[in-house]
Amino acid sequence: MKPFDYVRASDAAEAHDTAGRIIAGGTNLIDLMKHQIETPSKLVDVTRLDMHEIAPSDDGLRIGALVSNSDLAAHDTVRRDYPVLSRALLSGATGQLRNKATTGGNLMQRTRCPYFYDTAQPCNKRQPGSGCPAMAGVNRILAVLGTSDQCIATHPSDMAVAMRALDARIEVARAGGGTETLPMDDFYVLPGDDPSVETVMQPGDLITAVHLPSAPTGHQTYRKVRDRSSYAFALVSVAAVVDTDGGKITEAALAFGGLAPRPWRDTDVEQVLLGETPSDALFDKAADVLLADAKGHGGNDFKIPLVRRTLKAVLADLTGVTR
Amino acid sequence: MQITLTVNGEDRALDVDPRVTLLDALREHLNLTGSKKGCDHGQCGACTILLNGRRINACLSLAVMHDGDEITTIEGLGQPGNLSPLQAAFVQNDGYQCGYCTPGQIMSAKGMLAELDMGWPSNVSADLTDIPDLTRTEIRERMSGNLCRCSAYPGICQAIEDAATEEGMTKREAAE
Repeated sequence: MKPFDYVRASDAAEAHDTAGRIIAGGTNLIDLMKHQIETPSKLVDVTRLDMHEIAPSDDGLRIGALVSNSDLAAHDTVRRDYPVLSRALLSGATGQLRNKATTGGNLMQRTRCPYFYDTAQPCNKRQPGSGCPAMAGVNRILAVLGTSDQCIATHPSDMAVAMRALDARIEVARAGGGTETLPMDDFYVLPGDDPSVETVMQPGDLITAVHLPSAPTGHQTYRKVRDRSSYAFALVSVAAVVDTDGGKITEAALAFGGLAPRPWRDTDVEQVLLGETPSDALFDKAADVLLADAKGHGGNDFKIPLVRRTLKAVLADLTGVTR
Repeated sequence: MQITLTVNGEDRALDVDPRVTLLDALREHLNLTGSKKGCDHGQCGACTILLNGRRINACLSLAVMHDGDEITTIEGLGQPGNLSPLQAAFVQNDGYQCGYCTPGQIMSAKGMLAELDMGWPSNVSADLTDIPDLTRTEIRERMSGNLCRCSAYPGICQAIEDAATEEGMTKREAAE
């Protein structure tokens, strides 16, 4: 690791340090610092701040940014009312990592693109303008939606995919004062011309909480497809909340992991389903809309048919369609 | 930086560079070499210790972040002649071959059994709200953060089952 100054923030004012890089669980950042992919000159440790609570809010649940992934997954209300979130968390990482990883840190984790991790290679995310060898290289785990000609990295979180399906909002305390509560599509930035910019977070900003709206009525599930059955990132994952009434689909919230630079949601897909009678043909139509702009790069072409099959399986399960 | 860690019940004052990981602080500064450095990137679990009672990868944490925290290492679990139930069960079941991953396996199992005791579900639990059973499938999923290159997994799983059963029996006896 490169040398850095260490500051233990004892209040919010100390956390809003525009010269510092925030550290909480550290399970991703310390790894990146060992590889010298991240070389902060100052670390601001926010773990002593009072952001460890999961509490009911006016309409749902407020999850403090420092709540560990394991505490969140095991929380009684989350297990009962937001099982898709509990399932997504439990499908990620390991017991040891979930004990350390935090809610805010999980949202801020970086891609696991092998070229981002290899400092001997060019990477537009590490060094904008240096190139992207992933496009014609080993891209099995990389994105097929929301990419640019600069970057095809995926966001690796499972937790965030479930949160996207649940319409979570991210509470950000700005360095200059004031708090914003952002929908996730306003929080994450697609790569465009500068893939080094991943979120709207500015130096000194701090994620303070995640807000979940009231629990949805539909059935929830998280299905993750990966290369081994435990401790592996998603090749494709689907977080789904679906309800039916009188043989028609009345609720559909679908978010996808492993496909894109951010937890992916496309409400046009849901519009295909709403009000319709569930059927294999309908699910195919929904997948057609999801994948209309999908683009593979050789090694990850398989994700396009894989997510179609995964989506159809999830929808069949949640609507009771026999396949 | 000056910090104090409570390691295996004893307060230990340290002066460390901010870059020193919790694992290196234990091994290089306190000479507690039971915790092993395998991958040093949180992938193998050989460095697993208990932090305030919870299992974590000591390699992915900075010592300076743990001023005042309680650490338990394999040395704090038991010693030759006075093994903990898990340590004894690993010996009994040959839960290792080279032994390098063993301290991490045992500390992870210790933390894992406490999580099970609290009723935490896992990715393989059929019902999120049920109290999970200690099935072989549950053990394998919950221990997936600990690799054994010698592939002594059958012995490791059996040792964990045996120790858990023994501790469960002890608890029942104490309750009666």
